[in-house]
Amino acid sequence: MKSTPLWRRYSRLLGPDPAADVKDELRFHLETKIDDLVAQGWHSEAARQEAERQFGDLRALQQIGTTLGHEMERRKQLNDYWNDSLQDIRYTFRTLARDRGFAAVSILILALAIGANVAVFSVVNTLLLRPLPFADSHELVWIAPPATNCGLSCATYSADAYQEFRMQSRVYQDVTGYFTFSTVDNLRLTGRGEPQSATGIFVVGNFFQVLGVHPAMGRLFTPEEARHGSHPVALLANSYWRRQFNADPDIVGKAVDLNGTLVTVIGVLAASFDFGAVFSPGERVDLFTPYILDDWRDDGNDLTMIGRLKPGVTVAQALDDANRVAPDMYFSVKYPETLGRYRGNLVPGPLKDYVTGKLRHSLIALWCAVGVILLIAGVNLSNLLLARAAARSKEFAVRGALGASRGRIVRQLLMESLVLSGAGAAFGLGLAMSLISWLAHQGSVALPLLSSLRIDGEALGWTVFIAVSTAMLFGLLPGLKMASGNLQNALKDSGAGAGLGRKHERVRAILVVSEVALACVLLVSAGLLLRSFVKVLDVDLGFQPDRAASVKIEYDDSASSGEASRAKRGAIFEQIITRVSALPGVEAAGMSDNLPLGPNREWDTPVPKGKTFAPGELPDPLVYVITPGFIRAMGIRHRGRDFTWADGPHSERVVLINESAARVYWPGEDPVDKILMRGSEEDRVIGVVDDVHEENVESGTGSQIYYPATQQRPSGAQLVIRTSLPPATLAASVLRALRELNPKQPVAEFRPIRTIVDRAVSPRRFFMLLVAAFAGLGLLLAALGIYGVISYSVAQKTQEIGVRMALGASTARVQRDVVLNTLRLALAGIGLGITASFASARLISSLLFATSPWDPTAYAGMMLALLAVTLISGYIPARRASRINPMTALRSQ
Amino acid sequence: MDTTKLEFLRGTLDVLILKALVWGPLHGYAITNLIRRHSDDALLVEEGTLYPALWRLENKGLLDSEWGLSENNRKAKFYGLTQAGQRQLRLEVKTWEAYATAVAKVLDATRPPMSETIA
Repeated sequence: MKSTPLWRRYSRLLGPDPAADVKDELRFHLETKIDDLVAQGWHSEAARQEAERQFGDLRALQQIGTTLGHEMERRKQLNDYWNDSLQDIRYTFRTLARDRGFAAVSILILALAIGANVAVFSVVNTLLLRPLPFADSHELVWIAPPATNCGLSCATYSADAYQEFRMQSRVYQDVTGYFTFSTVDNLRLTGRGEPQSATGIFVVGNFFQVLGVHPAMGRLFTPEEARHGSHPVALLANSYWRRQFNADPDIVGKAVDLNGTLVTVIGVLAASFDFGAVFSPGERVDLFTPYILDDWRDDGNDLTMIGRLKPGVTVAQALDDANRVAPDMYFSVKYPETLGRYRGNLVPGPLKDYVTGKLRHSLIALWCAVGVILLIAGVNLSNLLLARAAARSKEFAVRGALGASRGRIVRQLLMESLVLSGAGAAFGLGLAMSLISWLAHQGSVALPLLSSLRIDGEALGWTVFIAVSTAMLFGLLPGLKMASGNLQNALKDSGAGAGLGRKHERVRAILVVSEVALACVLLVSAGLLLRSFVKVLDVDLGFQPDRAASVKIEYDDSASSGEASRAKRGAIFEQIITRVSALPGVEAAGMSDNLPLGPNREWDTPVPKGKTFAPGELPDPLVYVITPGFIRAMGIRHRGRDFTWADGPHSERVVLINESAARVYWPGEDPVDKILMRGSEEDRVIGVVDDVHEENVESGTGSQIYYPATQQRPSGAQLVIRTSLPPATLAASVLRALRELNPKQPVAEFRPIRTIVDRAVSPRRFFMLLVAAFAGLGLLLAALGIYGVISYSVAQKTQEIGVRMALGASTARVQRDVVLNTLRLALAGIGLGITASFASARLISSLLFATSPWDPTAYAGMMLALLAVTLISGYIPARRASRINPMTALRSQ
Repeated sequence: MDTTKLEFLRGTLDVLILKALVWGPLHGYAITNLIRRHSDDALLVEEGTLYPALWRLENKGLLDSEWGLSENNRKAKFYGLTQAGQRQLRLEVKTWEAYATAVAKVLDATRPPMSETIA
């Protein structure tokens, strides 16, 4: 009975059939029983009846048997599959452990590529894909006019306009806003040791309710607290509460001294709310106080507007509604002629577009770059697997001959690439985590939402997805290649390098060429971005950022009348500047209320005396109120004379204008000594200064006008010092001097002007560095690929080279052949890559600054770099080839 | 005595089947015969209980099966003990013996235990 009978081998040829098995089994039992009964002397028909009677309900029994049989069959299949997989995994680990070098290199490559991809995915997800960190954030809109170049004043609204808009609009649940012109360190916190600077922002009373931000402690502002004459209150940002108040759990209800006023803390906001991260990237905001509409009616445009749309309202409907309301809005209800000034200037757009819209292109480019990295890594993996597969062709042939199906062999190879990419993903995830946590702490990079970066479930899902798809896609090629090989050939093939080897080499050459081409695309893109960045750094900002620093000054501005305050301010400023200028190392010192690349504002439309212009032809210049010495301290070039302390409240009104303004007011004439009219007031132009980049480094500049602080009211004071020493060394002595003059001067940050510029170019630097890093990675991977293919082919041709050398080929000749081989691959890749770069450069052209997408320097430079690196990676195996000892090579057969 | 009426204690059939297979693989019919003969016709296993028990044991991995030819040259399904089956058998025999001894001791008792009466 032991050997399976012949019939049994074929009876279940079409797969297992539990039902039939049960039937067979029971029939046998029945028939044997009948036989026995007949043998005992029963009549055959009676025996059958007796047997069936004893059996009972045959059908029910069959039913049970079939069910159990199916269940068992299923379990068996699962079991088999699992056993096979376990076997594959064990086998994989064994083979990989045997080939540690290969495993380490593949895992490293994959870890780098997957790490970069996961990190960038997290950034893209946080900034682009995920909604803003507010409840129902899709309802939030940012209301602003179409982009112009008159600065923040054109992007904001007056208190009257806000109130009118809020009342008239029908599409919003509510509209809110915040004061746009707050500066860093605009508050002085006293009463807790040394005076400390803090950054506060005025927000419309309903600001947090509209955004859906909750307090972690205490409460939000009430409508009464946003009215004139109410008791001053403040809400603290969570981080400020932790930093400044050591997370004092009893802070709510306590009063703090801000700029000499006792302000009651009514709450601490939730930690998840970071005003700076959303609205002013790269800066932190410490506390919030209510914007009291009545106090700001005469201030002009100073509110941004944010609305929360009613559910289901589209942005287009909101725009229609805004166009309906705009004609009824006054700039100031006191002046009827300002009715309708906002016509066409109210354009609601998704808040998200305002926050991250500008980064969209950069982020997508970045995402593509890491995608290319992943492709290169995948091709590299494919290549390595192929090389291994070729070396293992005999192993597979033997396994095939012993009965392993092709599917099983492909599965085995896939399992190997899965194990490799799984390990790569694990390391890559670690890499991404450290990268992300580093990025999240780059507070000085002016990118929104950076602080909320983290590896979350989505990023983990993405990791698994790319790891598995990489393994599948790039593991399949060698698998199929291997399985399609001819078993017999592989077995017969005694030496390496015969038929199959050559075929593989062609595939591998194609892979390497595509790798080089991909790396080339990355390098050219990085080169173009690098050139742009250099161009941005080369931009003439209109001032000299090096060797200058600024510090925020506190001064007593309590004089009653405008006249008296000008005189008092003048005296204080003169004293400060005289004192600071006398410090050793200080070359020049001066003050301005606003610094370039910071906040700005415009006042009105001056008209050159004696000229007429069509309405709208004259610009609203940006206004800076400065002291004597500021122009020199900032390093702004000028002609004519600078302000002096003699330009006092009672002397002639004087102004400086920039070149752009001069060109508009007096084209082709010398503006010095000409008169500008502001209403009935006459200002004499005493000099012309260079255009200064007011908002960012990359866009052009508009008209600017400078007034002396002794004649006009500044909105604050930033002391700028030009020095021959490193600015940081002066911080202590300058602060001491300021303290002696004003004991209330808080410990304010001494900011090198260079950092202001750095902050302005930080997004570009950030993206450029990342793309450059990815390009470097791509280059490294491509070089590895070339090295792998060339050294493999050298190893394969050891005998051939040995024979050639025995027949008299020189070392140099052998080396040259190998290097030429490399060169051929590299040139093919570069040719292909340059062609592809033309297409990709067009895609990133919007990210370039003063650089053509066909910039020959970038192309040539990157081509040479790529060529050099590939040649080096080919030269190493070439050297090895030329060292082959003919005798050893021939004997090794 | 009406032997077919002798009910199996729960779980007893499994251990009997396992025991029946210690000398080598058998088909279902032979298993009933073996149990009947060894019990001197006292234990008759019904088909309706035997086969489900066999399939269950096979499903549990205590038995494996193979198709073969019977003595009368018919195709039949032979069951054999797996390693797990042998282990299970040893375990159950031990349990059964301990149980039987305990029951026997109680049934054989002639007087109450001394200590208990004193207390």
